[in-house]
Amino acid sequence: MAEATTSVTEAGPQQTQRRSKGLSERRLAFLMVSPSMVLIALVAAYPIGYGIWLSLHEYSVRVAGLSRWAGLRNYTTALGDSEWWAAFTHTMIFAASSVTLELLIGLGMAMAMHAAFKGQGLLRTTVLVPWAVLTVVTAVMWRTMFESPLGFVNTLLGTDTVWLGEEPYALIVIILADVWKTAPFMALLILAGLQVIPSEIYEAAKVDGATAWQRFTRITLPLLTPAILVALIFRTLDALRVFDLPFFLTNAKSGTSTLSTIAQETFASNRIYGLGSAMAVLTFLIVMAVSFIYIRTVGGNIRGLAED
Amino acid sequence: MAATTAEAPQAAAPRKKKGAGTAAVKTPWWLYVVVAAIVIFCLFPFYWMINISLKTGADLTNGSAYPPNPTLKNYQSVFQNGDFTRALLNSAVVSVVTTVAALTVGSFCAYALARLRFKGKFPILALVLSITTFPAIAIAAPLFRLWSDIGIFNTWIGLIIPNLTFALPLAIYILVSFFKEIPKDLEEAALVDGATYFQAFRKVVVPLAAPGLATAGILTFIGVWNEFLFAITLTSSPKARTVPAAIAFFTGSTQFERPLGTVSAASVIISIPLIFLVLFFQKRIVAGLTAGAVKG
Repeated sequence: MAEATTSVTEAGPQQTQRRSKGLSERRLAFLMVSPSMVLIALVAAYPIGYGIWLSLHEYSVRVAGLSRWAGLRNYTTALGDSEWWAAFTHTMIFAASSVTLELLIGLGMAMAMHAAFKGQGLLRTTVLVPWAVLTVVTAVMWRTMFESPLGFVNTLLGTDTVWLGEEPYALIVIILADVWKTAPFMALLILAGLQVIPSEIYEAAKVDGATAWQRFTRITLPLLTPAILVALIFRTLDALRVFDLPFFLTNAKSGTSTLSTIAQETFASNRIYGLGSAMAVLTFLIVMAVSFIYIRTVGGNIRGLAED
Repeated sequence: MAATTAEAPQAAAPRKKKGAGTAAVKTPWWLYVVVAAIVIFCLFPFYWMINISLKTGADLTNGSAYPPNPTLKNYQSVFQNGDFTRALLNSAVVSVVTTVAALTVGSFCAYALARLRFKGKFPILALVLSITTFPAIAIAAPLFRLWSDIGIFNTWIGLIIPNLTFALPLAIYILVSFFKEIPKDLEEAALVDGATYFQAFRKVVVPLAAPGLATAGILTFIGVWNEFLFAITLTSSPKARTVPAAIAFFTGSTQFERPLGTVSAASVIISIPLIFLVLFFQKRIVAGLTAGAVKG
């Protein structure tokens, strides 16, 4: 049936000739797509499925390999666990504050980069440095700055706070480290959005007597909204999965446990596979809910790519 | 972090328009201040780490903003550390193999999605994009058990497979947008001249898509090189530990000595190649990273 439509659109002598020499289009498409789909099924779908299966069982700590069906008990345990809720809260605070700060700083940086036509190349390279540095290296940096005898922060502020060992401070340092690493990335996303706004609009507004602030709130922001929205959701997805920074900077202690660190600790360090898997699945569900919004927001993009 | 909303390279195009109207305007002084502030914000933490890496002994804790007696001792001890050099090898193997595998398999899939006519493209692309947003923990938990059962815990292949989970969809998504940008005419001309679809792909599309392949390759490579959760969870010894995990264990095992001087030196060493990568491929990386956000 689809063959018929194709031959109508592609009618022509050469076309028929080439079809006989090569594979048909749909067959070739199938052959080209299936290796990736098989691989994705193996490396993504299978582990997720196995994780769900693990989360529905209980495992003996004494006899290796012994397990029994637990139904949803692991999930009720996780959801009744105050430590899991603490991790949930830390993750939400981390995501909300880091993404907000990244947006504000990123917006400022993008405006400056857009305006500074001298040294723009230098700026763009500089801004990519935090992005390119490994997350673990970022953690090392912030440790060297905040840890007392090595760092300068206490000297500068005249305090003797144990930044990485006290409750609100440890999370603040982690948020700052994340902001440093990703605000420049946000700036680049926003800058790309700024650069496609035609300068004629600004010229026209200037002629009409609009102030710089009016031009910013009435032209720049509304036209930037789609770019900002995508960047925001994308960064939120990343922030909800945070693992490296708390693991390295504070060992996920001092009020910095997150959804990912608590699950990892439960199954890898404490070897409570069932509960750990349930926590991992819960993280998966939370992230996928946000991801659903993300996919819907960029749905137009995907549809554009999927067009013939 | 798998850092992209990569979508298409067209962000580069409208950039040219800019500047034509503004060239006559003089840069105001405050802009220089802002630019200086951004540069300091981005580079100062890096400077402080270099500062620490050049200090040893009592200097380490004197809090001075420059090393009074700069020494490369920390760098020497990094390279004398067999675990670190082994980690460099592990990271290189895992990142290169994952990137090559993702690009090879992914480029076929991306070509079909960008160019051939068949049904179900939208669900495939939506699936591919949603996998890039999976939390790694949801993969790491089951694999932690599975890998022990089948005997690939703490091995290269045991790290390559989960890294592929994220690298492959990322590569596909970036490549689809790049393949879409290649003018169809060239390919059609090849087809008219009697080439098969596969020949058109190999002889016309692949060479033209080289910049896209490079972008996808760089972003995938950096993503895998940076990966930490699998590297920590699915390894148990320096045998397979990659650089990020090795750096974490530098501190973990000697908590009371606080070898932050050595750790800083190791961090500086592994950052240098990445910074060069950014310097040389700056435009490409930015195009890959940003285009998705532009179209919204």
